Amino acid sequence: MSSGDIWIIGASMTPFGRHDDKDLIDLAAESALDALGDADVTINDIDILTMGNVYEANSHNGQRLQKQIGQTGIPVYNVVNACATGATALRVALLSIKAGESDIGLAVGVEKMGKGGLIGGAAKKRDARKVYNPSGRYGSVLKTEGILGTGIMPGVFAQAGTEYALAHGVTATHFAKVAQKNHAHSVLNPLAHYRKEFSLDDILNADVIAFPNTLPMCCPNTDGAASVVVVSDAKLKTMDPDVRRRAVKISASVLTSDPWVEGGQVQPDVSTLTRNAAAAAYEQAGVGPEDLDLVELHDCFATAELIHYDNLGLCEPGGAGDFLDSGAPWRDGKTPVNVSGGLLSKGHPLGATGIANIYEVATHLRGEAGERQIAGAKIGLTHVIGLASACAVHILEAGVS
Amino acid sequence: MPGQIPVVDYLVLGDPPHLQARMCAQCDALYFDRRNACAHCGRRDFTWKALASTGQVRGYTQVHRAAPSVPVPYISAIVELDGGGVVKANLLDAQLDDITPGLTVTMTTFVAGVDDDGTEAIAFGYKPVKEQG
Ligand SMILES: [Zn+2]
Repeated sequence: MSSGDIWIIGASMTPFGRHDDKDLIDLAAESALDALGDADVTINDIDILTMGNVYEANSHNGQRLQKQIGQTGIPVYNVVNACATGATALRVALLSIKAGESDIGLAVGVEKMGKGGLIGGAAKKRDARKVYNPSGRYGSVLKTEGILGTGIMPGVFAQAGTEYALAHGVTATHFAKVAQKNHAHSVLNPLAHYRKEFSLDDILNADVIAFPNTLPMCCPNTDGAASVVVVSDAKLKTMDPDVRRRAVKISASVLTSDPWVEGGQVQPDVSTLTRNAAAAAYEQAGVGPEDLDLVELHDCFATAELIHYDNLGLCEPGGAGDFLDSGAPWRDGKTPVNVSGGLLSKGHPLGATGIANIYEVATHLRGEAGERQIAGAKIGLTHVIGLASACAVHILEAGVS
Repeated sequence: MPGQIPVVDYLVLGDPPHLQARMCAQCDALYFDRRNACAHCGRRDFTWKALASTGQVRGYTQVHRAAPSVPVPYISAIVELDGGGVVKANLLDAQLDDITPGLTVTMTTFVAGVDDDGTEAIAFGYKPVKEQG
């Protein structure tokens, strides 16, 4: 154990789903208090608070949360970084500890998604008179969505998937199998938004959103929050033996953004930054993909999960279809992926997702995942990607303190 | 006679219509919008490059659900142009089943809308190049 290690001593997530009776701060407070309780500390012990949220990011939610659970005068960082927001909030707390400014931090991620979804709302009301007038960075005279292809999320991730399919021969059925797996896994997760199994035929024959992604292959609109409490090595040594026994080590914490690639300006490249983050994380942790007992990766769409098998090195290059066909990513397979149900069925509250993935893996490493426990799990990886563009990869290890 | 205007300024309406991009003077990286410095190499001077009208489909989707103002379904394609450049546009005159690895396509233009002065907005798309029997 090196003295620079950072440990998770508390983790929580609210049930994911529709929470029409709770506002953003209610959800954040619920998960923050649960995480503090899990860590056997109070807000008075916390040196730094980081708050991840996307849609209400200009509302200083960290300070609003303090008003609900304790205004102790500590520094607060409000963090936004697309779908990697929660994971980035965790990293801000972690970096503060690494820098020696703090011993113990609380990272919270929360989102109320509402009902809008990721396909965009209705067009603005038209002016009385329509005259084409080039405007904006591309000198466009009208909305180009649907005229010059698609830039909305289901379409972007569908195109990322078909690019892999054209290059490596995977089929629409392969992508549907991803959704079949994650929905099957979700049945065991009491915190998941949806807990319903689908047959492969159900999935293939469901309404198409953006081919090959049908409705059960797209994440739902979900509200929720997740939180973790992190401490330095030195702080952990002073804590109760029960807290130490349940502590989970953060063996790697990496954040990347898009490097330049040709074509990146028209189609976000979700692969290169993920590959870079994974390589750095394996290096930092001194483990390889073959050592992982479980993975929670960013399956915002089924097409995304399949290509991330390859991007995270879980399979041979080009071998994501074979990896899936072998059963490897199922909960009883070689490398269980998204045993929580994944974003597809657990849900995807943007600001909470990165921390929820950490919660899931940490819970397995503590041996506390109940019915869905991966037996004997010692090492796990979490991955989130946000457009445009951030990717966070964390590698966690069961307590060896 | 009604005028015509391109839907985006990187489409040049000429004979034939074609796309143009700003090209980094050092590394040849291509951009459809103005850049303060090259995102690839950092150099700050650019020239113009006319892009080829043919290329290969690299990725695609068929969108069935979109905002209310967008007619569905349509096929969106990412096209890798011969001689450099990658664009996204609709794939026209094609079915999903037509799309195979390396499918060659060629640019075509169409009227995407007409304003109250009668000016036509001209957009571009790609259609498969039918192989000679
Ligand atoms: Zn350059």
